[in-house]
Amino acid sequence: MAESFVRKEMLEAQAPPASQAGAIAWVRENLFSGPLNTILTLLGIVVIYWLISTSLPWWLNGVWNASSLSECRSIVAASAGEGATGACWAMLRERWHQFIFGFYPPESYWRPILAFVLLFVALAPVLFTSVPRKALWFTAIYPALCFWLLWGGPIWTPIVAMMGFVILGLAVVYLSSYLGAPGSAAAGVVAAVLWWLFLQGPVAGFLASNLPFGLASVNSDRFGGFLLAITIGVTAIGCSLPIGIILALGRQSNMVIVKALSVAFIEFIRGVPLITLLFTASLLLQYFLPPNTNFDIILRVIILVTFFAAAYLAEVIRGGLAALPRGQYEAADALGLDYWQAQRLIILPQALKISIPGIVSSFIGLFKDTTLVAFVGLMDPLKGVTQIVRADMNWKGIYWEPYIFVGAIFFIICFGMSRYSMYLERKLKTDHR
Amino acid sequence: MAMVTDAPKESFRLSMLIYDSRYRAVTIQVIVLLLVGLFFAWLLNNTAQNLAARGKEFNFGFLWARAGYDINQQLIPYTNDSTHFRALLVGLLNTLVVAILGCILATFLGVVIGVLRLSKNWLVGRLMTVYVEVFRNVPLLLWILLSYVIFSETMPEPKAFRLTDDMIAAGEEPAASKILFGTVAITNRGTSIPAPLFDRSLGSVDLGFVSINLTALATILVLIGSIWANRRLLASARATQEATGIRPVVWWKSLLILFGPFIALMIALGLHFELPELKGFNFQGGIQVAHSFTALLIALVLYTAAFIAEIVRAGILAISRGQSEAAFALGLRPGRTMNLIILPQALRVIIPPLISQYLNLTKNTSLGIAVSYLDLRGTLGGITLNQTGRELECMLLMMLIYLTISLIISALMNLYNQTVQLKAR
Repeated sequence: MAESFVRKEMLEAQAPPASQAGAIAWVRENLFSGPLNTILTLLGIVVIYWLISTSLPWWLNGVWNASSLSECRSIVAASAGEGATGACWAMLRERWHQFIFGFYPPESYWRPILAFVLLFVALAPVLFTSVPRKALWFTAIYPALCFWLLWGGPIWTPIVAMMGFVILGLAVVYLSSYLGAPGSAAAGVVAAVLWWLFLQGPVAGFLASNLPFGLASVNSDRFGGFLLAITIGVTAIGCSLPIGIILALGRQSNMVIVKALSVAFIEFIRGVPLITLLFTASLLLQYFLPPNTNFDIILRVIILVTFFAAAYLAEVIRGGLAALPRGQYEAADALGLDYWQAQRLIILPQALKISIPGIVSSFIGLFKDTTLVAFVGLMDPLKGVTQIVRADMNWKGIYWEPYIFVGAIFFIICFGMSRYSMYLERKLKTDHR
Repeated sequence: MAMVTDAPKESFRLSMLIYDSRYRAVTIQVIVLLLVGLFFAWLLNNTAQNLAARGKEFNFGFLWARAGYDINQQLIPYTNDSTHFRALLVGLLNTLVVAILGCILATFLGVVIGVLRLSKNWLVGRLMTVYVEVFRNVPLLLWILLSYVIFSETMPEPKAFRLTDDMIAAGEEPAASKILFGTVAITNRGTSIPAPLFDRSLGSVDLGFVSINLTALATILVLIGSIWANRRLLASARATQEATGIRPVVWWKSLLILFGPFIALMIALGLHFELPELKGFNFQGGIQVAHSFTALLIALVLYTAAFIAEIVRAGILAISRGQSEAAFALGLRPGRTMNLIILPQALRVIIPPLISQYLNLTKNTSLGIAVSYLDLRGTLGGITLNQTGRELECMLLMMLIYLTISLIISALMNLYNQTVQLKAR
């Protein structure tokens, strides 16, 4: 009987050779796969080594307790030897509140902090769909609340101002059966404007004198640091999006005059640097407004920054509108939707979704550009406050620490915004791929 | 028999202006036009009233008055006796020189970083990602201020470069030394670089308003001529290759044509460099570059390069893998695949956003005010404005100039964009 030499059971799979798996293979594949790659890797290692070897001692020798830069340096020299470098974080310990709040009265710090916390409460229903929709009511009253918390004054001013919007809403709800949608909206706007122009001042004054309830008012020139940057940034972001959408729709419109006006506005704003617009706010508005009107510099800056951002947003959104297939517009027409219904239900949701990355990078740019208000005499964290700190005899000659601190906060906020836009893009992705 | 009658002809009613879509567009436009016209009339009226109240008038005559201030960086001759208009021109040239140099350098750096970020090398890819994220998410103003401070506060004083007889005797070295083979000196006051000088300069032609430097003109003409001749040479080589299948060897001819005339011209003119030397308390000779210029340029380049890197990366990623695979299947080498297949297609994606980066960089040069760089904003919109008190005229003129620059750049780049776009047949 012939013996069978056929193996009956499978052999165990052998481990791959050491050079083909694990860390060694990864290193070969990703770092040393060819002469060019090897050179690049070595260069990269040199750069990293240089960065670490020059900056690590500086970070490690950081001093938190000192009252001047020279004291910092002597502490570093005493602890790490002569010639050693060390960061002087003591400056931040002494001056952090100026970087955050400017010259805002210290006893009222709770107000901007509360406004900042409530900002997230107000933003939550907008940013995340899992939050109940009823929370949007808080978002609606937040602007007035935030204004009151930051600038103070009698509580009646923002309430009476918000009444204008209530009047507008009531007019639209109750008059639309008599006047139709456009008519009631126009009537509401007229009524609200009349309220703001003629009744708001007396009513607010009457209420404030009879029911004095409010916060100590804080002047705009006390604002500074990140409080200022975030106030300008958030307001301008909130206001520029609707204006940008309207400008983009205007530019895509069939109406010749509306289109020409939108194009002129967008191209003018995009063609000049933001600084010139800010100088317009500080120098030229006194010529353009009726004699003897003077309103708050922060408000003027916010308006100009909003227009600036709106022009850029309009171009981004126009890209989204142009990217939609023609069939979407035709389908909306075939359903018998009018222009605004089609825009609201079909076109804009898709166009805005496509343009999210561009919109968010415009917002990031806007937030970074808030530092430019330093040039019209406001105290932004970067130039305004840092200059004040560097002008102090105790901290003369300090430069890495304030710039690293301010830069890090800007980085965290802007990087966070860009990550959120990626999350949003993933969440709204509806194509089945 | 059914009669088909025309719909009864509607007479025009006033409500049709709102409810009939044929007329509504007209109504809306007329209303918008009226509102905008009223708004501008209101602005003009206010402006006229305000000007009258301040006893000012609107004219540009002040541009021909004596400026009376100095500008530390001047590309055309300027003294404080020159007019405000001359100061404006100096400022405009300072804006343009930063913008042009910045665009060129940022493009180079941005392309390198964008390509490296895509490289398969893990370490280099990560490093470039960190670079891009850090520079994109921090305001440009910080980079300008920081680089200015680093230059003006950490660089050695001029006296640190001094080598005294005592130090030679003791065998000591000076505390600081010039870099790049002893040609460039960076002090806390400025950077001194070698200046090209000509023994037999061609002089200049004075046209009254501007004087044209003939040496520079000749150099530019020779360079343009060489590049044109080189293109002709390459075109003829290509024609030969297509006719016979054999490409003639042209690289040495090409090198000769590109550099020969230029070198010959330089020798004929007697080119030599004047090195900066420490005399007294500061460096003399050579060209003194102010730190405001260097800092502004470096910050603009580093910041814009991060954006350009992202654009380049997105452009290359937009080309599907099939394109490079097809090129490899045809037997093209990686270099030629990049040049012939990937880049021409990627350029189409890259150019439009690149244009807006160039525009941004140009507009961002106005941030030079942070380091007292006297560009257009610093001269016309800064010192001239403050001296003459003509806010309205200065600001409007400045906006007009910036707008013109922006429109010219976007027109030029759009022309270029048309040449690289897909030729639809």
